[in-house]
Amino acid sequence: MSKEKKDTVIDKSIKRKHKLQAKGVKVFYNDFMAIKGIDMNIRANKVTAFIGPSGCGKSTFLRLFDRMNDYVDGFRMEGEILIDGENIYKKKVNVEQLRKQVGMVFQKPNPFPKSIFENVAYGLKIQGIKDKKFLQEKVVASLKQVALWDEVKDDLHKSALALSGGQQQRLCIARALAVEPSIILMDEPTSALDPLSTAKIEELIYELKEKYTIVIVTHNMQQAGRVSDYTAFFYLGELIEYDKSKKLFTNPEKQQTENYITGRFG
Amino acid sequence: MNRIKKNRLKDQIFKAWGIFCTLLGIVLLAIFIGSILVDGIQRIDWDFITNLPSRKAERAGIYTALMGSVWILVLTTIIALPVGIGAAIYLEEYANKSKLSSLLEINISNLAGVPSIIYGLLGLEIFVRVIQMGSSVLAGSFTLALLILPIVIVSTREALKAVPKSIRDASYALGASKWQTVSRQLLPASSGGILTGIILALSRAVGETAPLIVIGALAYVPFAPSSPMDEFSVLPIQIFNWISRPQHGFEVNAAAGIIILLLITFVMNGIAVYFRNKWQKKFK
Ligand SMILES: Nc1ncnc2c1ncn2[C@@H]1O[C@H](COP(=O)(O)OP(=O)(O)O)[C@@H](O)[C@H]1O
Ligand SMILES: [Mg+2]
Repeated sequence: MSKEKKDTVIDKSIKRKHKLQAKGVKVFYNDFMAIKGIDMNIRANKVTAFIGPSGCGKSTFLRLFDRMNDYVDGFRMEGEILIDGENIYKKKVNVEQLRKQVGMVFQKPNPFPKSIFENVAYGLKIQGIKDKKFLQEKVVASLKQVALWDEVKDDLHKSALALSGGQQQRLCIARALAVEPSIILMDEPTSALDPLSTAKIEELIYELKEKYTIVIVTHNMQQAGRVSDYTAFFYLGELIEYDKSKKLFTNPEKQQTENYITGRFG
Repeated sequence: MNRIKKNRLKDQIFKAWGIFCTLLGIVLLAIFIGSILVDGIQRIDWDFITNLPSRKAERAGIYTALMGSVWILVLTTIIALPVGIGAAIYLEEYANKSKLSSLLEINISNLAGVPSIIYGLLGLEIFVRVIQMGSSVLAGSFTLALLILPIVIVSTREALKAVPKSIRDASYALGASKWQTVSRQLLPASSGGILTGIILALSRAVGETAPLIVIGALAYVPFAPSSPMDEFSVLPIQIFNWISRPQHGFEVNAAAGIIILLLITFVMNGIAVYFRNKWQKKFK
């Protein structure tokens, strides 16, 4: 009996360490296999970077964690994706609820064609929250969190589309933070931005990892090295190597990884 | 002659041909409108608009037909709008892209090309006879609603399609349900385009004659309709009726009626263009 108890304790500690897990995951788009069987554990409160040449399945794999592939034509998945030890592809999982727990930031800033305020408040409003004071506080706090507050505080009701690209992307991050997720998925969040905006977002990611588990897809090896604790190298739908970023970038185990990070292909 | 010169010559020829075609259309339209204006404009006054029909050309007005057209427009909108937009939302956002839905899609596009008199026959059988609405404004409105439904569906789908995928992504990623995404993001973002489509569809409905004649709209109605079950006439039928009379006075009335009808369609099209321009700016 005491052994059993010990086991569950160990199990829980594993759960806490590994926020996200993939077990034998395969993804198909019709007949095409985009992810060819991946097992992976992603640590809580760390930044994990996905790198690899385009088309290797980084986005597909990332989007599994908030079930954003569900509506894609021809999408089919095998295996399990676990968040805090729970399989999120079980039948009874409420997908909307799941997505409140997992924030997502996209490659191209995609603010709604509405005001700054409405953008950040959207996630809360769709949960049925109407309390004006609460919404206001939450919007302000989220904008402060992404260091956008000082730039927009004069007019929260101006259109979000009037902001610069970098500001829009930070707004999109604020919008995701407002619903208080514990995980943030970012799919090449800086690839459409200038170097200065990119630096601001990287700084932000660094601050956010204290409270959130962050997974970031990036094309930029320097960026992966700068912001991430762990890096995973994907190639043709397979996870080739996954290690501490320092180790992976300085002393990779696999030849393919080395070829990629030294720029010999990709 | 070298190739560049040859190509330039071809360019010139095509340009000239294009200008000729464009001018042809505009000139013909201008001649038509001009002659109608010459014939009819002096006939248009307040009395012409508010007078009931009469056997004497100079006393006859378009009031009943105009009111009939207004009734038809309003009821057709009320019927076609929710059905058309609902169907479009279903096809675009909910239906999975199966064989059945692509079959539906092809059918809807084909329906848009069915001659309007066929809709008249359908309306006569279903609404006038089976459901026993009689030759009422309501039966006419249902018939025209059917007629413009494909246009409303197709244009609403186009408008929904034009909303960038990134907006859907953003909404779903924040935990929005399908209906929340449709009602809070997609419909507001596409409302300009939807409105444009509906107005263009209605401006077609207001000019339709054949299907309404088939379901039994009258050329002569003594009074404007006061309920959906009343008999009615519409502007194009009134115009047709006047043109077919031998007396010259009615010819003038017809020209005047055409001016009013054209005015209505031009205004509706103008509004549609306005909304389209406003809407296109939104995503730039
Ligand atoms: N909706 C889709 N339908 C069919 N194939 C797709 C779809 N999305 C992605 N793919 C294919 O899956 C593979 C992985 O794509 P993706 O995950 O976008 O790669 P990455 O983000 O690494 O560039 C690519 O070969 C791509 O062509
Ligand atoms: Mg990608």
